Amino acid sequence: MNELLKFISNNLELIYILILAIFIGVELIKNVPSVLHTPLMSGANALSGVVIIGALLVMLKADTPLALGMGFVAVVLGIINVVGGFAVTDRMLQMFKKKK
Amino acid sequence: MSITLSIIYLIATVTFVIGLKFLGHPETAKKGNFISATGMILAIIGTLFLHGFENVPLINYILIGAALLVGTIIGWLIAMKVEMTKMPELVSLFNGFGGGSALLIGLIEFNKNVGVEDSMKASASIITTILAAIIIGSITFTGSLIAWAKLNGSMKDIRLPKYNLINNVMFLALAAFATYIVLMNTDSFLLITILLVASLIYGILFVIPIGGADMPVVISLLNSLTGIAAAITGVLYGNMVMLVGGILVGSAGLILTFVMCKAMNRSLSGVIFGAFGGDSDTVAATGKSGGSIKKTTASDSAILLNYANKVVIVPGYGLAVAQAQHVIHELETLLTKKGVDVSYAIHPVAGRMPGHMNVLLAESNVDYDKLIEMDDINPQFPNTDVVLVVGANDVVNPAAHNDPASPIYGMPILDVENAKHIIVNKRTMNAGYAGIENELFFNTKTSMLFGDAKSALTELVSELKNM
Repeated sequence: MNELLKFISNNLELIYILILAIFIGVELIKNVPSVLHTPLMSGANALSGVVIIGALLVMLKADTPLALGMGFVAVVLGIINVVGGFAVTDRMLQMFKKKK
Repeated sequence: MSITLSIIYLIATVTFVIGLKFLGHPETAKKGNFISATGMILAIIGTLFLHGFENVPLINYILIGAALLVGTIIGWLIAMKVEMTKMPELVSLFNGFGGGSALLIGLIEFNKNVGVEDSMKASASIITTILAAIIIGSITFTGSLIAWAKLNGSMKDIRLPKYNLINNVMFLALAAFATYIVLMNTDSFLLITILLVASLIYGILFVIPIGGADMPVVISLLNSLTGIAAAITGVLYGNMVMLVGGILVGSAGLILTFVMCKAMNRSLSGVIFGAFGGDSDTVAATGKSGGSIKKTTASDSAILLNYANKVVIVPGYGLAVAQAQHVIHELETLLTKKGVDVSYAIHPVAGRMPGHMNVLLAESNVDYDKLIEMDDINPQFPNTDVVLVVGANDVVNPAAHNDPASPIYGMPILDVENAKHIIVNKRTMNAGYAGIENELFFNTKTSMLFGDAKSALTELVSELKNM
């Protein structure tokens, strides 16, 4: 319990940001028309590839072959998520262009 | 971390928010995706060059470069080659990769704690964060891969006896075990391996019993979980762009999950804990709508369409599977030229994901304004002369209104039975994706046009041209 309170007081800013970010996410998505649900899911999926930053940090700090090897796989997986996610979302949205 | 990098992360975070905002409107969506992608690239490049760590060996840089190159090529090729009908499983696959990345990061961070002196060990809160990343990362990793396999048809629903009980017990055991690891402050490699394997298995068990019709909801939920895993690793590194980016995806994904559940009139717990779509007993029970069906031919259907004033097309996944989205557009253009008022009725969950049908029709140049959503089209059915249902089934099943025993009872549907004539194109009399019979086919106003959507529609188009 003590540990928990300490964690909260040490990370108060973090917790504020976290809670506000949750509300932003909800507000951003709440009124999206269902036609855009698929591209939106795909776009949000690409954003979750932000985990790549952590994988890069791991690799930069890696000092054992094991950490380096696992970091390598983490970076590959993460960047596939980012590149593939954005590219395929773009391909989908390409088709939504208004034709007159 | 240099102040420049902090500013770059701040900019990237803002691009994510703006990107998501823009993705919510048809006119700005493409721009939104581009803005977020730019922010992401900025954050990646910034991390590489401004990380501020000292004495990073050259080999690390070389390997990072190689990993980025390999992953970029793979991701790009998959994204460019995939057919639009395969979108849902692709999103699921990419999502699994993100989860896998988070789980590896968690493992590496835990490993750093192994074998160090007690005084140097990470605090309980850090260990908790690491374990959370491993557990959530593992669940999304295997869960998404199973969802991917199920959607591309290489795997069927499997229900172990008492699977709900097994899953729930397993989940509680996972949580208890993780708590134990934190409290014991152990650095046992064996324990963490057990936790890892258990989480991976839980991911499989979690998705495997879920019925095909509920798959989009699960993918959206897993997508949300990957965001949370990313946010957790962000906490680990005190990295704001990961934290905010991850949480945005987490909350956006969760809302999207609820929106989808609402469109199908399912509760989230019903999706996760309730059997749906594969229970053969229910199929048999509701499958006795009886009566006879009326077959029709392409030329009869063409006559009906030709002399109609108002035609509504209801496209379903069968249309996409047959790659008939271009022919249907041709049919629509032809009818419009003949002075028929043609529009498309789009059920929120037509296809395999919400909005999937819109993407497919947009691909074949169908005018955006002709796609009418369910709530707007339903009042128009009584004035509609002919409804043409192509490869759709569950979304036009009247059992949703009048058969409380049906598993889809209560789901909002397209009320096509209010129209004057209904032509249903299907390959066979097989039940739909949810695995239930459809009494619409036995309605006296309904004629069945059997055949593969593409060839049936092509025939229809040529008959119409001859009139």
